[in-house]
Amino acid sequence: MSVQNFPPIYSTVVEIFQWLKSVYKNISFPEKGSCLSSGRSLAPRGRRSCSSIGCIVSVPFGSHNNVWSTGRDPAIWEADTDAVYAALSHHLWSTFTAPEAKSSNEDLKEMLESNKESLKLEAMKRVVGLIAKGKNASELFPAVVKNVASKNIELKKLVYVYLVRYAEEQQDLALLSISTFQRALKEPNQFIRASALRVLSSIRVSIIVPIMMLAIKEASADMSPYVRKTAAHAIQKLYSLDPDQKEQLIEVIEKLLKDKSTLVAGSVVVAFDEVCPDRIDLIHKNYRKLCNLLVDVEEWGQVVIISMLTRYARTQFTSPWKEDNEKAFYESEEEKKDQTEATPYTMDPDHRLLLRNTKPLLQSRNTAVVMSVAQLYWHLAPKHEVNIVTKSLVRLLRSHREVQYIVLQNIATMSIQRKGMFEPFMKSFYVRSTDATHIKTLKLEILTNLANEANISTILREFQTYVKSQDKAFAAATIQAIGRCATDISEVTDTCLSGLVLLLSNRDETVVAESVVVIKKLLQTQPTQHSDIIKHMAKLFDNISVSMARASILWLMGEYCERVPKIAPDVLRKMAKTFTAEEDIVKLQTVNLAAKLYLTNSKQTKLLTQYILNLGKYDQSYDIRDRTRFVRQLIVPNEKSGALNKYARRILLAPKPAPMLESAFKDRDRFQLGTLSHSINSKATGYQELSDWPAVAPDQSVRNVEVVEPSSSESEEQSSDESDETSSDSGKSSSGSEKSSSESEPEQKKKTKTKKAPQKKSKAAAAVTAPSFGPVKTHELLHHMTGKGLSAKYHFPRQPCLYQPSMVAVQVILANSSDHSLEKIHIGDRSPAGLNIHCFNTIERLEPEASVTVSMGIDFSDSTQAANFQLCTKEDQFSVSIQPVVGELLMPSTMSEQDFSKEQGGSFAGRTVSSGALVLVSLELKESSALLTINTEKSVMASMLLRDLKQALALA
Amino acid sequence: MIHSLFLINHSGDIFLEKHWKSVISHSVCDYFFEAKEKAVDPEDVPPVLQTPHHYLITVHRGKLFFLSVVQTEVPPLFVIEFLHRVADTFQDYFGECSESVIKDNVVTVYELLEEMLDNGFPLATESNVLKELIRPPTILRSVVNTLTGSSNVGDTLPTGQLSTIPWRRADVKYTNNEAYFDVIEEIDAILDKSGTTVFAEIQGVIEASVRLTGMPDLTLSFMNPRLLDDVSFHPCVRFKRWESERTLSFIPPDGNFTLMNYHVSSQNPVAIPVYVKQSISFFESGPCGRLDITIGPKQTMGKTVEALMVKIHMPKAVLSANLTATQGNYTYDLPNKVLVWDIGKLNPQKLPNLKGILSLQAGAPKPEDNPSLNIDLRIQQVAISGLKVSRLEMFGEKYKPFKGVKYVTKAGKFQFKCAALYEPFLLSFWTILFFYFTTF
Repeated sequence: MSVQNFPPIYSTVVEIFQWLKSVYKNISFPEKGSCLSSGRSLAPRGRRSCSSIGCIVSVPFGSHNNVWSTGRDPAIWEADTDAVYAALSHHLWSTFTAPEAKSSNEDLKEMLESNKESLKLEAMKRVVGLIAKGKNASELFPAVVKNVASKNIELKKLVYVYLVRYAEEQQDLALLSISTFQRALKEPNQFIRASALRVLSSIRVSIIVPIMMLAIKEASADMSPYVRKTAAHAIQKLYSLDPDQKEQLIEVIEKLLKDKSTLVAGSVVVAFDEVCPDRIDLIHKNYRKLCNLLVDVEEWGQVVIISMLTRYARTQFTSPWKEDNEKAFYESEEEKKDQTEATPYTMDPDHRLLLRNTKPLLQSRNTAVVMSVAQLYWHLAPKHEVNIVTKSLVRLLRSHREVQYIVLQNIATMSIQRKGMFEPFMKSFYVRSTDATHIKTLKLEILTNLANEANISTILREFQTYVKSQDKAFAAATIQAIGRCATDISEVTDTCLSGLVLLLSNRDETVVAESVVVIKKLLQTQPTQHSDIIKHMAKLFDNISVSMARASILWLMGEYCERVPKIAPDVLRKMAKTFTAEEDIVKLQTVNLAAKLYLTNSKQTKLLTQYILNLGKYDQSYDIRDRTRFVRQLIVPNEKSGALNKYARRILLAPKPAPMLESAFKDRDRFQLGTLSHSINSKATGYQELSDWPAVAPDQSVRNVEVVEPSSSESEEQSSDESDETSSDSGKSSSGSEKSSSESEPEQKKKTKTKKAPQKKSKAAAAVTAPSFGPVKTHELLHHMTGKGLSAKYHFPRQPCLYQPSMVAVQVILANSSDHSLEKIHIGDRSPAGLNIHCFNTIERLEPEASVTVSMGIDFSDSTQAANFQLCTKEDQFSVSIQPVVGELLMPSTMSEQDFSKEQGGSFAGRTVSSGALVLVSLELKESSALLTINTEKSVMASMLLRDLKQALALA
Repeated sequence: MIHSLFLINHSGDIFLEKHWKSVISHSVCDYFFEAKEKAVDPEDVPPVLQTPHHYLITVHRGKLFFLSVVQTEVPPLFVIEFLHRVADTFQDYFGECSESVIKDNVVTVYELLEEMLDNGFPLATESNVLKELIRPPTILRSVVNTLTGSSNVGDTLPTGQLSTIPWRRADVKYTNNEAYFDVIEEIDAILDKSGTTVFAEIQGVIEASVRLTGMPDLTLSFMNPRLLDDVSFHPCVRFKRWESERTLSFIPPDGNFTLMNYHVSSQNPVAIPVYVKQSISFFESGPCGRLDITIGPKQTMGKTVEALMVKIHMPKAVLSANLTATQGNYTYDLPNKVLVWDIGKLNPQKLPNLKGILSLQAGAPKPEDNPSLNIDLRIQQVAISGLKVSRLEMFGEKYKPFKGVKYVTKAGKFQFKCAALYEPFLLSFWTILFFYFTTF
């Protein structure tokens, strides 16, 4: 160890090294055999000072780490004297210190330090095997880490696995690998970038937090959605490593939430949930996009998005449940005109959007997705719509045992509140002998919840077979269930009671004991007529040994001792004999029985009671000694206890409320369904409460988005191209469509040649030149003179209709210009009879001078035939009609340039609202005239459109 | 989300562990072992357990427990579904999901787990994508690997993750283009002693094996889609088309996959393919009982019933069975008290019969409930619900593929109850009352 020894020994090592190097040329160095032989030949010379060598060697070893871990290519290793030297010294060290007991890890070290790829790979595989078994392989860290830059993909992957596992323990050494990852983050291959970020962010070393932050920021703007997905995952890793980075991370989350890729959506929502679940404002602008993307998101992402949106919706929309007394403030999206009076509940279109877009996911193969949609409907949908999830939930019961367990738990909670939902599927909850015990118990729970007057006989018959089950715990649970049915449904109480009494003669003791306990509870609810049952139980008493059951019978005796005046004292006599051998719970009840009998029938039982109280006084259990003392003071009059004694009878023989037999799932609904907290019935770490519906919906315009892009699930490059080409839907966005109309105007006027104009609704010129947000052109529906004060105007908001895609959205402004309020404004008969109209909800009351905007949907079936219907108030009916201009029957449609020119070169592509037929308008310019061509399969529509357009162009 | 995974065998050894976040000591599994001790059957261990700092979510597959540790709120089904997906992937890769196979392929398993989750959130679970990242082992490849030192990790990086159809890889090429569909139906039924159906329903699944070049777009339509009551799909199926036209339109994954699961609407009566005449009785005197079972065909749609098997969970008191079978052979598994009678093909001319004596443990009380019979069977070339595929069309590619549909019917949970000591619960009330008035 001493420093003086250093030079000579150092020279020895160099000697050895040089000698070995000559050998090394011929024999591949780290192969086991050659290494051993070299070790052996060295041994005689070095043995004396082996410990010192160990010390010295470890010095250069440490300092040379830098060399290896900067990612030097292993191929040039041989030429690197330093590295070879270090590796060698390492070998020497191990050979010298432990020449005999060479552990397997030493083998691995040798293999890892070889220059043969296959050996390294083999070694890494064994190392991973060690990690998998949970064995410690941390001492190999230096040997492993230098392979981090290997060119072999599998080797590299295994090294990554190792690094992630041990980096925390070996922080200093782990730092040496960081530069490799930093370099890899700039690789052209997206998978290399992604995996570098994955590993880098998994190294839980706080020094590299700034590096991670930088990497995440860069990756969140990466071209590849896959890399951005990894970035979203990395956000959570960094947050758990250093929560101080929260603010910066939220910025990244905000950016990634705007991402349009289906790949990223799920992961970023997970990050959002973990880092800043309270920043609900980040969701507003992305709400509609998330809803629209949902079907295309990968299944795991769907689960987290749905549960996040459930929470979001509960804060943003008003309750759809209380239709009558809940005041909902209607707010027109377009005009932001606050109505002061209460209108009937109208569901926010965004609320509806969420419900509509999640519904198809009930057909998902992923049980977690189905469950999350089910809970969304349970928590958000109007009551009458919740039923659609039933069938899907019942389907999940055919899945694995564990899935059944969770789904049954949720159904149990649901079935308490809504029997009707699951009653038609009652048979699906019948227990099979092969079910696991907890599945059986849950099914029993549900069957009990579903029991009503109509089906109780079927259920009881089913229960009867369960009582005979060989699984006695389950049989006992069934008896409890019968007890619950008996209390819930008064018609069958007697039947159940008699059935239970029959079970008292069952051969199995658990069954008998459970029956006794349940009968006790039932008798308490209606004790009057059942003294015969109590007698029967007294008779059985000798044969029952389960203490709970014995205690129950004793309690019954005491409580109703006046009904069985002859039997009760006899039971007490028997108990006095066996008192010392009983369980505590039985002893306590014996003391109780004695006390009660003493009060009612002291002549017969005075001595017995005193005897029992004396036994109790010297009992081993302090509970019993306490109880005995208490009872003695209470019932036996003496000078010390004057006051209480008088009330003893009232205290002990007070009428007691019957116990409620109720479901264990009664209060489970305080947790959001489908959550872990619901499953374990206690609040899990990180559980977020579902808020109550707001009384007044917050401003819904926060969800309006500047530029609405078609929901695209294409890869990044494509969709960004498209967003340039596609102009927005005119109604929804103000700035976007303003731009498009101002652009389109000159085109039409000057007839400059543009190959592809932004799409807009082709319509009469007046409408085109007007700014297309807000009321485009308002038409009169009903004049206030003819409408006896009620006037109505309508316009086409040019949004896709929310109710049905084939409908055209129409907004109607109803105003009251009379001096009295109008009541019950609704839509009456319509013609043609088959006309498909989505009516607005009846307006209960419209005050004088007030107006209200309502939206409705009309399916014009792609014809300009007017839709006639009656607008009714409480007193009157007015026939009105809405006649659409042909342009209103078209929707813009996105089409690539190639497709369009393939179809027909031109300037506008659209689809008819109802049937979705393609309509293409093209404009070709000649010297002085223009050629306007319209291509569509609907010839009537084409000619009308042509006429309208010609008029419009002539005006311009 | 998912923090760690432990694989545990029936004897309670943790033979594999994987952590996606920081390392959690395997002592956390002690809570699980405690629960396992309490449970009689491994199936009885509760899937969700709460410990002071963690939550344990377990699934039981093929004699293995997949135990995952989570630390914060997460939908439990999310974890359960994922764990089953892991087990499915192992099955897919190694042919079975057992301890020995996992131990033999521990490196591949580890690589798979690494790819499937990132920071506890699923990353790649589609088998097609995984197979590109990590090639499944084959005998040939393992020989080649040992000789050449090459690896089973893909050299080229996958393309699948980036397209809108993550389940299909690009540039698929086959010389023989084929698309085969198996319509497999299972009958779940409970029948009482008289043979009356207490409960019966049909579950079906369509398994596909599609090997087609390029990006084919398939449409599968049914003759009678109205039969289908409730369905669930592989993500590739377009929901909208199903809702409007009742046809399955999809770009298929490459290889084998489950296209859809369905449930046949309960309005249609379910055909029960066999009937059972049985009597099992235990004598009041003497420790023995008698058993006599005959099985015959009922509604088989003119096809032969194959792979017929009867399984009876005997009461605990039954020690041995001394029986004679006219067809097939029987075994009695004493520790589990299961009598299995393997019959094979059902011959309508000569009905199989199993008859003989059951001996009971001396002194044990007479079993109060007669055991029920679980039937297993298979009928080839018929879907018992009558569901028929009408045609399969392919768009997007020019070649003509080989197409085929196969139908099979199996017994699912098919149970004959033999409640011999059936005493109507509801009628007995007056009898009991009478009994009380006479005794007291």
